Amino acid sequence: MLRRASGLLARPILAARARPFSTDLPAAQTADATFVEAWKKVIPNMDPPKTPLSFMQPRPPTPSSIPSKLTVNFVLPYASELATKEVDMVIVPATTGQMGVLPGHVATIAELKPGVLSVHEGNEVTKYFISSGFAFIHANSFADVIAVEAVPLDRIDASLVQKGLAEFTQKLSSATTDLEKAEAQIGIDVHSALNSTLTG
Amino acid sequence: MAMAALRREGRRFAPLISPRPITAFRSSPLAPTREAEGPIGVRYISTQVVRNRMKSVKNIQKITKAMKMVAASKLRAIQTKAENSRGLWQPFTALLGDTPSVDVKKNVIVTVSSDKGLCGGINSTSVKISKALHKLNSGPENETKYVILGEKAKAQLVRDSKKDIELIITELQKNPLSYTQVSVLADDILKNVEFDALRIVFNKFHSVVSFLPTVSTVLSPEIVEREAEAGGKLGDLDSYEIEGGETKGEILQNLTEFQFSCVMFNSVLENACSEQGARMSAMDSSSRNAGDMLDRLTLTYNRTRQASITTELIEIISGASALEG
Repeated sequence: MLRRASGLLARPILAARARPFSTDLPAAQTADATFVEAWKKVIPNMDPPKTPLSFMQPRPPTPSSIPSKLTVNFVLPYASELATKEVDMVIVPATTGQMGVLPGHVATIAELKPGVLSVHEGNEVTKYFISSGFAFIHANSFADVIAVEAVPLDRIDASLVQKGLAEFTQKLSSATTDLEKAEAQIGIDVHSALNSTLTG
Repeated sequence: MAMAALRREGRRFAPLISPRPITAFRSSPLAPTREAEGPIGVRYISTQVVRNRMKSVKNIQKITKAMKMVAASKLRAIQTKAENSRGLWQPFTALLGDTPSVDVKKNVIVTVSSDKGLCGGINSTSVKISKALHKLNSGPENETKYVILGEKAKAQLVRDSKKDIELIITELQKNPLSYTQVSVLADDILKNVEFDALRIVFNKFHSVVSFLPTVSTVLSPEIVEREAEAGGKLGDLDSYEIEGGETKGEILQNLTEFQFSCVMFNSVLENACSEQGARMSAMDSSSRNAGDMLDRLTLTYNRTRQASITTELIEIISGASALEG
């Protein structure tokens, strides 16, 4: 009962967080004051350039109780797959193994290996195969997953995976320089991860 | 009597007509009208000069209009890409904060500019900001180097900061911009340049008519550790658990390299968008100016033409009246 009460208290904060209008969000620093001052002293005639801080959507501070939902940002260079989506759980393929992230997870920086990212929202699960990247989990139950490539699992062709795996294994055995060996090893890693996701 | 009156009129017209067209020409920035010599005694004012000028201005107007259309279509293509990549740098800033005022010994300023010209003032703005950052970060032990992307910034910076330039990269947009290309570029820069802090100067695309010069800062792993220990914005970095990798240092190394390539990708795309937008507005104002110039030239042309007709008429009529009377 107490958890539900805290959940109810947390919800108005969550509702405010979901709306990206500047009037609703807490007042955020739009410019680095020390930078602007130092700039004005040395170069008084020009306006200081903007910094990413002014374009950043501010993040809410760590709430005192554990929120009920995890807010996920899943970004790729070509698109933002999930932007501030509220989910129950995500499982990320960290280099140390599959890591499940729930709301209230301790703040973590995780390096990712090629594998499956699954997003659990209620009863539905969305799975993506991602090439490596990074995952940041913040104390305020925000999770950022940054990957270079991601494909939904149903778009992967099993026969091509087998072919790729065979090709890279062959390349590794015939590799001479360290660079070629490293490239072949990477290819094998990715393809065997793809293989295991398709079969297992 | 009528002839006398006409003669008087003729005399009155002649001084009115002949000097006025010439002064009218001199008031507009044209070469003085050529007075061509026809058969003996006949003078007519040539409209050739004005006509040539009108033709060339009309061609220029067509060219600049076409360039504007091309820039508009290129902008449409690249704007979606740039907006999609905007989410890429936000997680890094959320984690590591934004510290443009960090004080480090080795600064490297990466100036992003275009290869082609005719794009308004965006390249000059980037170069001015880079030079100002150089000045801002100069100190007794500090050194600031440049890495230049694009021909236009290279042309401007080579003139007075040649010894500070580490790396020059041109022909970025020969192939459509992709993350692979930019990450190779970022790898090049990271391998060849020693840095404590990288400051990327570019023009962020705000709208088709407004471009905001922006500087993004990427710190090297050692400086990140130093700042984390010192507290402040990176102070709670230590509270983050590290998953994977042997040491925190290794993870931070990978993190900063990844951050640099992501931030570079976004800044190169934004700068390309700004370049096309600036080119659109530059070409648009150029066509408008050409149109104005053409209007003025047309008026001058008509005046000249009418003046020459009137002069001819007067000469004929005064000649006829002289014969008769």
